[in-house]
Amino acid sequence: MILVYVDHDRGVLDELSLQALAAARGIDADVQAVLIGVDAVALAPRLGEFGVATAHVGVHDGLTDYAPMAAGRAVSQLAERLQPTAVLAAGSPRGNEVLAHAAAIMDEPFAADCTSITLGDGVSEVTRYRWAGNVFEEARVHAPMLYATTALHVFAADPQSGSAPAAIVEFAPDLTPADLAVRVLERTGGGGGGVSLAEAKVVVSGGRGVGEAGFGPLEELAELLGGTVGCSRVVTSAGWRPHAEQVGQTGTKVAPDLYIAIGISGATQHIAGCKNAKTMIAINSDPDATIMSFADYAVIGDAATVMPAIVEAVRAAKG
Amino acid sequence: MNVAVCIKRVPLSPGRWSLTPDATAIDTSGSAMGWTLSPHEECATEAAVQLIEADGGEVTAFSLGTADSTEQIRELMAVGVSRGVLLETGADEWDPQATAAALASAIRDDATTYDMVIVGTESADTSGYQVGVRIAHALGWPIVTNVKGLSVTGGVARCERVVGTDREVYEVSLPAVIAVKDGVNIPRYPSVPGRIKARKKPIDTVAPTATPARLEKIRLALPPQETGTATVLGTGPEAAPRVVEVLKEIGVLT
Ligand SMILES: Cc1cc2nc3c(=O)[nH]c(=O)nc-3n(C[C@H](O)[C@H](O)[C@H](O)COP(=O)(O)OP(=O)(O)OC[C@H]3O[C@@H](n4cnc5c(N)ncnc54)[C@H](O)[C@@H]3O)c2cc1C
Ligand SMILES: Nc1ncnc2c1ncn2[C@@H]1O[C@H](COP(=O)(O)O)[C@@H](O)[C@H]1O
Repeated sequence: MILVYVDHDRGVLDELSLQALAAARGIDADVQAVLIGVDAVALAPRLGEFGVATAHVGVHDGLTDYAPMAAGRAVSQLAERLQPTAVLAAGSPRGNEVLAHAAAIMDEPFAADCTSITLGDGVSEVTRYRWAGNVFEEARVHAPMLYATTALHVFAADPQSGSAPAAIVEFAPDLTPADLAVRVLERTGGGGGGVSLAEAKVVVSGGRGVGEAGFGPLEELAELLGGTVGCSRVVTSAGWRPHAEQVGQTGTKVAPDLYIAIGISGATQHIAGCKNAKTMIAINSDPDATIMSFADYAVIGDAATVMPAIVEAVRAAKG
Repeated sequence: MNVAVCIKRVPLSPGRWSLTPDATAIDTSGSAMGWTLSPHEECATEAAVQLIEADGGEVTAFSLGTADSTEQIRELMAVGVSRGVLLETGADEWDPQATAAALASAIRDDATTYDMVIVGTESADTSGYQVGVRIAHALGWPIVTNVKGLSVTGGVARCERVVGTDREVYEVSLPAVIAVKDGVNIPRYPSVPGRIKARKKPIDTVAPTATPARLEKIRLALPPQETGTATVLGTGPEAAPRVVEVLKEIGVLT
């Protein structure tokens, strides 16, 4: 049996966790889920569609919102009791964090961002991302129970309609005040409006070549296409745009239908964040820029004149 | 307030990757290759320096790696780190469990008592997402990871992290471990006087205890390299109508 940590945010299912369920099902038909917090009870049955027969929900008075140390403790306690062959989660910020806690508590190894997993008796073999996916590592994990996360957008979640809802089994984790000390206390900013970069269908992304004053047409184009603005690290380091917009290894990883890279050279750390785009258009004054070997389409030219022309043409096409 | 930062020497990543002949490491023999620090850890150090500038105290940089790691410690000394502790190893890579255990005991056994340990959420090269978490459990301290906003008042660290378009707020009492992400601040550049002062600052060397890797690297591989070439739609503003056609073809413009 494989136990998968399925994340949610105040009762809203984390779609990335479904990718970890798909990976688990590829290894073992017997997949169970663990969710933390009473808010999860309502969404757990839906996991039946993703191959989960039983969903364990950790319920505790102190678990009112995301609490990573407590979640790690709860997952480790359940794993000790159920003895799965592996504990998996999605390689999202939360998935990696909760599994790192669970593995640290058990003093077991943890392999983050795996693209393949072969379980063995006491030794498992994994392939995992290094350098945000620019390099693959083949590794042996020496442990009776494997703690691992799955690299994002490698395993496709495949719902099967007509499957029985997952049965819910509540459990009461044994948590200390110290475990619960780390938890979300409040939320600021955002609160609706604006498309989140990670989920945007269209990302209009600018680099050094756009210049500090050149982002206006990028914002207009993003708005016309129902997308959002992204940028390179040079841009955030210069303070031209907020860091929340940075795409890449140390920024946000995106997988939009369309990624437009404007005045971006295509450094590997930038590509690490946008290589899962379905279509990429590069706009660059240098026909030999590295980005040209990643892009599907290109416009060669100065962003300062090309971008306003594109905005105009798109506006006209929309009527 | 005394702050420890944990930093790691990593190859300056190239435009095109290549591996050593035995495929166990990045080939760093090319003339353009050098060594650097992860942006997360530059930000971790900047955060630590800002805290002691406000409150007094010292920042110590801990690094587990080869003797060459002193180069990266010196770089950080030029921007405000007072002292370095090198946990010197051979060329073999240590796994995250052994790394964290060694760092935690070096921090615990140090003559200075620390109020905070600041690390990166993940390292640039091995990207394990765990050394900070393991240090926190070893020290029995709380940890907040993925931190994009940090302030300390009255012995409490207020941490923000970004989720979608929202920011989540956490508060933990010190001592605590904070794992930051690139973007929590903009690291300063070293000044010339900073660089001169850095040369005289002390670096202590300790010999950490090795344990067999339980996450054992066998070999590295490179993903298929992109060799594609973009279809050029045109040059200059005249290409705009072709761009619109493509937007329609792929269905983002209807
Ligand atoms: C560990 C590590 C992590 C990193 N993480 C990230 C990350 O998350 N995200 C990230 O982006 N970077 C990251 N970097 C930095 C990365 O290596 C590059 O430095 C950065 O991506 C380059 O940004 P850029 O393409 O905007 O600038 P440049 O590389 O300077 O490229 C500018 C481009 O603009 C073009 N140009 C110039 N003028 C014009 C014009 N008028 N019109 C059109 N085009 C023009 C040029 O031809 C060039 O291709 C990281 C680095 C390290 C070491
Ligand atoms: N060898 C090391 N020496 C010092 N700090 C390290 C080392 N390895 C990892 N760290 C710290 O732990 C963070 C997370 O690393 P990792 O778990 O490897 O992704 C890094 O950003 C560093 O701050």
